[in-house]
Amino acid sequence: MNIRTFSIGGIHPEENKLSHDIATVAAPLPKQAIFPLSQHIGAPAKAIVKKGDKVKVGTMIAEAGGFVSAPVYSSVSGTVFKIDSVIDATGYRKPVIIINVEGDEWEETIDRSDKLETLAAHPELTPEEIVERIKIAGVTGMGGAGFPTFIKLCPPPTAKAECVIINAVECEPYITADFRLMMEHSDEILVGLDLLMKAAKVEKGYIGIETNKPEAIELFERKTAGDSRIEIVPLKQRYPQGGEKQLVDAVTGRQVPAPPAIPVNVGAIVQNVGTAYAVYEAVMKHKPLFERYTTVTGKKLAKPGNFLVRMGTPMKELIDLCGGMPEGDNKLLAGGPMMGKALMNTEVPVCKGTNSVTVISGDEAKRKPAQPCIRCAKCVSVCPMGLEPFLLATLSAKKMFERAEQEEIVSCIECGSCQFTCPSHRPILDNVRYGKSTVMGIIRARNAKK
Amino acid sequence: MGKLIVSLSPHAHGTDTVERNMYGVIAAMLPALLVSFFYFGLGSVVVCATSVLACVFFEWAINKYMLKNPVTTVCDGSAILTGLLLGFNLPSNLPVWIILIGALIAIGVGKMTFGGLGCNIFNPALVGRCFLLVSFPAQMTSWPKSGQLTSYLDAETGATPLSVMKEAIKTGDASLLDRLPDSLQLLLGNNAMGGAGTIGEVCALALLVGLAFMLWKKIITWHIPVSIIATVFVISAAMHFANPVYADPFAVVLSGGLMLGAIFMATDYVTSPMCAKGQIVYGVAIGVLTIVIRNWGAYPEGMSFAILIMNAFTPLINTYIKPKRFGEVVKK
Amino acid sequence: MSFIVIAVIVLGAIGLVAAIVLYVLSKKFAVQEDPRLGEVAALLPGANCGGCGFPGCGGLADALVKGADAGSIDGLFCPVGGSAVMGEVADLLGMAVANSEPMVAVVRCNGTCENRPKVSEYSGLRTCTAMNACGAGETACGYGCLGCGDCVSACQFGAIYINPETGIAEVDEEKCTSCGACVKACPRNIIELRKKGPKGRRVYVSCMNRDKGPAAMKACKVSCIGCGKCEKECPFGAIKVEGNLSYIDFNLCRLCRKCVNVCPTHAIEAVNFPAPKPKADKCGTGCGDGKCGIRK
Repeated sequence: MNIRTFSIGGIHPEENKLSHDIATVAAPLPKQAIFPLSQHIGAPAKAIVKKGDKVKVGTMIAEAGGFVSAPVYSSVSGTVFKIDSVIDATGYRKPVIIINVEGDEWEETIDRSDKLETLAAHPELTPEEIVERIKIAGVTGMGGAGFPTFIKLCPPPTAKAECVIINAVECEPYITADFRLMMEHSDEILVGLDLLMKAAKVEKGYIGIETNKPEAIELFERKTAGDSRIEIVPLKQRYPQGGEKQLVDAVTGRQVPAPPAIPVNVGAIVQNVGTAYAVYEAVMKHKPLFERYTTVTGKKLAKPGNFLVRMGTPMKELIDLCGGMPEGDNKLLAGGPMMGKALMNTEVPVCKGTNSVTVISGDEAKRKPAQPCIRCAKCVSVCPMGLEPFLLATLSAKKMFERAEQEEIVSCIECGSCQFTCPSHRPILDNVRYGKSTVMGIIRARNAKK
Repeated sequence: MGKLIVSLSPHAHGTDTVERNMYGVIAAMLPALLVSFFYFGLGSVVVCATSVLACVFFEWAINKYMLKNPVTTVCDGSAILTGLLLGFNLPSNLPVWIILIGALIAIGVGKMTFGGLGCNIFNPALVGRCFLLVSFPAQMTSWPKSGQLTSYLDAETGATPLSVMKEAIKTGDASLLDRLPDSLQLLLGNNAMGGAGTIGEVCALALLVGLAFMLWKKIITWHIPVSIIATVFVISAAMHFANPVYADPFAVVLSGGLMLGAIFMATDYVTSPMCAKGQIVYGVAIGVLTIVIRNWGAYPEGMSFAILIMNAFTPLINTYIKPKRFGEVVKK
Repeated sequence: MSFIVIAVIVLGAIGLVAAIVLYVLSKKFAVQEDPRLGEVAALLPGANCGGCGFPGCGGLADALVKGADAGSIDGLFCPVGGSAVMGEVADLLGMAVANSEPMVAVVRCNGTCENRPKVSEYSGLRTCTAMNACGAGETACGYGCLGCGDCVSACQFGAIYINPETGIAEVDEEKCTSCGACVKACPRNIIELRKKGPKGRRVYVSCMNRDKGPAAMKACKVSCIGCGKCEKECPFGAIKVEGNLSYIDFNLCRLCRKCVNVCPTHAIEAVNFPAPKPKADKCGTGCGDGKCGIRK
């Protein structure tokens, strides 16, 4: 077997896939569901319901607020309690719609049967129609960043898509939601890939899976055995293989140039495996995106597990399902430990991009004090973008932004490999992130002037 | 329920620490240290112990009384490492008071004046050694013969292989090279000819074991040691075949401080370049300079000076040689 | 003996040649600099803080001289030196200078440890910018002072410091030169340059929280809840409430302090006013607090 991987840097953190073998269960409905209006990259959605309105499961409660935006659907039936602001995953108060749950009544348009609908049975679907249904259903990237999916399927006229790559890498430690989804809904995912390929008008599809999931590789190789258009690509375990650019490099051997280039500039459209499943449901079952597979995990949790969660469920309820928050000081993450966001309270709801709720306890939750940089160059050797993190961190801390721009600080994908590997425990990425956002601001201001 | 802790990602950290790296290098030096006890006995014990204790003491004292720092860098092993490296670079019959001066210069001038761990431009141990070499040339170039286990200051001395090579080049008499021990003897360090060299450089095999250990533990990468040794080997081979008055490449690579320098001194984190390409440039330049100083300079050994000279060029290498960026378009 | 003579001759010759070269070069390549430039620069404080908007005092001096030649130095002002220095510069250049009132940096947050309880613990790089990127910080207020001191490191005059008891930045009015470096450094924009006021008396809203009342109150006891009482009370129309936050325009404020008394959360600060006379003035000396020890 030819096992590929990306070409520069990378690390291999402790995997901790605690919930690897635990089958997914549907999480119970929350008493109150919270729907942030900004669950994706781009303009926030605009609320179209008001206090007291009755909604069903699958009712649109907020419409897209711009071109790069996505609508939000209710995942519960009940009454709109209020439109307010709560602290969400960003750590700031953001506008939300809060719905009091009453019963579980679905919109009639949603096909709730288990019957597998294949693309072959629906030849009438045109690429434009598929894209439109994905757009209407509010499907966004399910891997964390949450970029609206339909935009990726409509590449700029200067670029031509050649293949769709399904990101089933799951290189983050702890998370197993994508793996469980693959094991439990492989057929739907393959139909989803078919749909994506038709929508993007390409004839080649890849599924990239790391070798720590041999069951999934075996399953998908069996199911695609007769299909020459789809190739399963086993990948060596290495973080950050799930990063778009790294995955394109690993699968096709092509490297996406520095920003503003995107993967489609080298002919690749990357979609998360969860997104493929959501696309299937949106197009074939007319089911908008309102529930997702989420891993709830942590070394100190009594019963880690994988759940099919209605969006808007507060994380506290999921943690309680797993045995409650451990004693002492904890870190609660939306996402995995490498790129997840630390949350300030346990009431933050599960959103479109919440692939995991991770609880880090005890000593691991706190950072060790930083020591002087010994210039060991380990950050340079692990940087998957070929940057020099130690230098970027120093330039940012000293506010030397022009030099930082020359050193290509904007190429940083914020994967955290540098900080993970630093023997001196230096906050490299904290500094680089500040420098990167400042430099991007400077570049935007300069472009606006032109 | 306790408090929730927040910070930016990443929230996981590897197991690597500064201490692990420093003590890892020290562990890699143990084979060479034990071999030196076997060859030099008492002298080696006294010199190494004095050097290590003095370096740790000066580090502690300067931090506490001059810089008024909370003492943090004493326990991380960096001062022990500097002390051990300094000891490795001294002859085994050096008086204690000279070692103390060397340690003070190494830690005080070489390291702390620049701001302590991570800020120094030059390898502190080499600063100490070169200071002693130019200040006390007589004591620093009298090399005890191996096997005198109970003698220290009174050890009998002799000429090292490197001084024989230098003599051959000066006089143009290739027959002098016949006095050199063969390669196996140089590798193991039991040369019967005369002075064996500094404490650390006596046995190339023990140093190579240390290199293997550091590569296995991923403390260093192969780039610097391999590029230095390969460069020296290739150039000296070419010179040997062009003119037999220059020693054969195996003898050149295995004698003197080349192995010690390539494996333990040039690979010092702080003073070597940050990216792989830069490290190779640095290694090749050290190799060339070593050959130049050995064959045409005033001193028989050029490794220390070559490393110090290239230490000074490290910031320049870091500025102009960058790692290959992801997605970089190669201009055709 | 001869070597001394040789040395003297050689060194003398070198000196002579060097002197000639220097003389020729200094004549040939002399740069004619406007003499006023140096004089103006000498008057300026020389702190090179950039508060004027130019790269250092030399930049401002250059702009001033050029402005004087063009006939106007309006809009050029050294916030550090203030009117006194600008007056001298104007005299030197023979120009009139608009009088500018002294300003001072004001930290608009009163979220002390008591008023604003900690809800989480931050374990990362302790700079305000990093903490700001991470979320609201250690308290639930997403608008207030983070207390990591980015402003302190930006200040060249040592005029701003983090009070260890309150955990928020405070300005030393004596040292503050109103250069505005802290205003730029603060990622939450809570520092503002306000009129210093007569005898340093100022009234301002010490809060930047734009959340709705209940949310703001939950985060911090002394937050502005945007109730608008101050706006109604103000006889001079100096107060505006926008986005759940009240703001006092210092150009309109007449320091009557009526707003201070009506604010239900005590978010409006009045500083450097004499302490109000207690109703039962125990000692009768007018000392203000009745603690002077003098019997009535």
